[in-house]
Amino acid sequence: MTGNGGAAVALRGATLRFGRHVIWQDLGLDIAPGECLAVLGPNGAGKTTLLKVLLGLLPLSAGTVTIDGQAPRRGSAQAGYVPQQRDFDRDLPIRGRDLVQFGVDGHRRGLPFTRARQVDAVIAAVGAQDYADAPVGLLSGGQQQRLRIAQALAGRPRLLLCDEPLLSLDPASQESVTALLAAYRREHGTTVVIVTHEIPPAAGFFDRVLYVAGGRWAAGTPDEVMTTEALSALYGTHIDVIRVHDRIIVVGGEDAAGHHHLPPGDHTGHQAGGRERR
Amino acid sequence: MSITFLLAQPFAQHALAAAALVAVTCGLIAPLVVTRGMSFAVHGTAELAFTGAAAGLLIADNPVAGALAGSLVVAVLISTLGARPRERDSAIGAILAFGMGIGVLLLGYYQGFATAATNILFGNIFGVSGSQLLILVVINLLVVAVMATWYRPLLFASVDPEAAEARGVPVARLGLLFLVVLALTVTGAAQVVGTLLVLSLAITPAAAAQRLSASPLVVTALSVAFALTAADGGLLASFAASNIKASVFITSISFAIYLAARLAGPSLRDRRQRHRQTRPIPPADRT
Repeated sequence: MTGNGGAAVALRGATLRFGRHVIWQDLGLDIAPGECLAVLGPNGAGKTTLLKVLLGLLPLSAGTVTIDGQAPRRGSAQAGYVPQQRDFDRDLPIRGRDLVQFGVDGHRRGLPFTRARQVDAVIAAVGAQDYADAPVGLLSGGQQQRLRIAQALAGRPRLLLCDEPLLSLDPASQESVTALLAAYRREHGTTVVIVTHEIPPAAGFFDRVLYVAGGRWAAGTPDEVMTTEALSALYGTHIDVIRVHDRIIVVGGEDAAGHHHLPPGDHTGHQAGGRERR
Repeated sequence: MSITFLLAQPFAQHALAAAALVAVTCGLIAPLVVTRGMSFAVHGTAELAFTGAAAGLLIADNPVAGALAGSLVVAVLISTLGARPRERDSAIGAILAFGMGIGVLLLGYYQGFATAATNILFGNIFGVSGSQLLILVVINLLVVAVMATWYRPLLFASVDPEAAEARGVPVARLGLLFLVVLALTVTGAAQVVGTLLVLSLAITPAAAAQRLSASPLVVTALSVAFALTAADGGLLASFAASNIKASVFITSISFAIYLAARLAGPSLRDRRQRHRQTRPIPPADRT
């Protein structure tokens, strides 16, 4: 893609170890501004960990990482983050708009009486006006996810990092959340990195795929990486990549089949194989 | 004795002022206590005030100073041993049991009357001295200052710690700060109204308030109002009916507000949402 200087995110020889346990190593990747990258791989392959590195929450064990030419800094407004979804308690005294407001000034000290005008704009941008004043605990998974994305976008980040944004959503909500991310990215040229278990059917949503497994990685267009040859080489064992209509199914490594959890109700998605790291 | 006569007495005025101070601090922190799921921490720190008081008696003949210093130790212990939310309650249980044992041991070495230490468990609302009142004022100012400064990041960290951490909120340090504020509030309150009453002022008002609204600021305001109503309302009621203890009225009023909120809550809290949702939500957003 682009050279080092113009990259939104540049990873060079990036290695992460916890003790003697290598999560991934020698990762070299440029993500161009406005590019949309999917990070795929089995559980425990270090996908969320990669997002934490980009957020400046974890230092690399070796190598370098830069965002717009600078080392990632915790709390920087450059990066917006949508953590993996967890359900809010029904009684939680927080409305949708409060959740979005956190993205504007949740980290700031001072009396909580300011009302950012941005908040209404972002709520409208994700189409959440109708339920922004309802208690978040009473909203559906898709509605909550829209508000969490709004929170991440409220700081107008140049880089949006989403961890399994489609997990536990029904197919219709998955589609609408994907469409929301695609539209926002088109309009604002935001660089997007999404950790996911499967490539959504929306063709062309992801420009490239980074597949991490067993400490190794492969990157390229979905057509390059999501093939029997490429993934078999990565896992070091035979993996079948099957295309059914517009879905890509990864089948392999019986020993790992039980370690993967799929979105509920999803029977066709990514049945990824490979070894769970130990 | 008439109420007007009682109200002219310094002990009654002290009691009303102390109850109001305690109610404001408890009411302020209560919504965060409930949001963070830390009701058991309130219980634990309240009872451990007894151990601190016993230590204070033994070392410096000052149970209140001992209880306040002890509450800081308890806050640090809970924060260290119960760093992860899942293990927090078991850590508090372990600390609580051991701490009470130490309290009994310390009290065994004390030669004087033990009532000074046990007073802190049951409180003595009609025996509030000027210096105790001063301590309450200082705690009150401290809690108000912390809340005015850190309320927003505290709330963010309570609701979504991962997103807050990424946004630069010092989640772990704020957790400790909140525990310290909680421990000071609870200990200060316990010596005046007693351990049991602390629960009905530091948990119940927020539990009631969040049934009525989902706005954090409204919930906090209601929580303070409910705590004040219960504390001072209960005291005034006990002036009128002098054969019944104030604590009975305070807990009863607090519980009555809670019950009323539970009954009225669902309709009030969700009315706005239902109103809004008369416009159909696109089916794509339903799960």
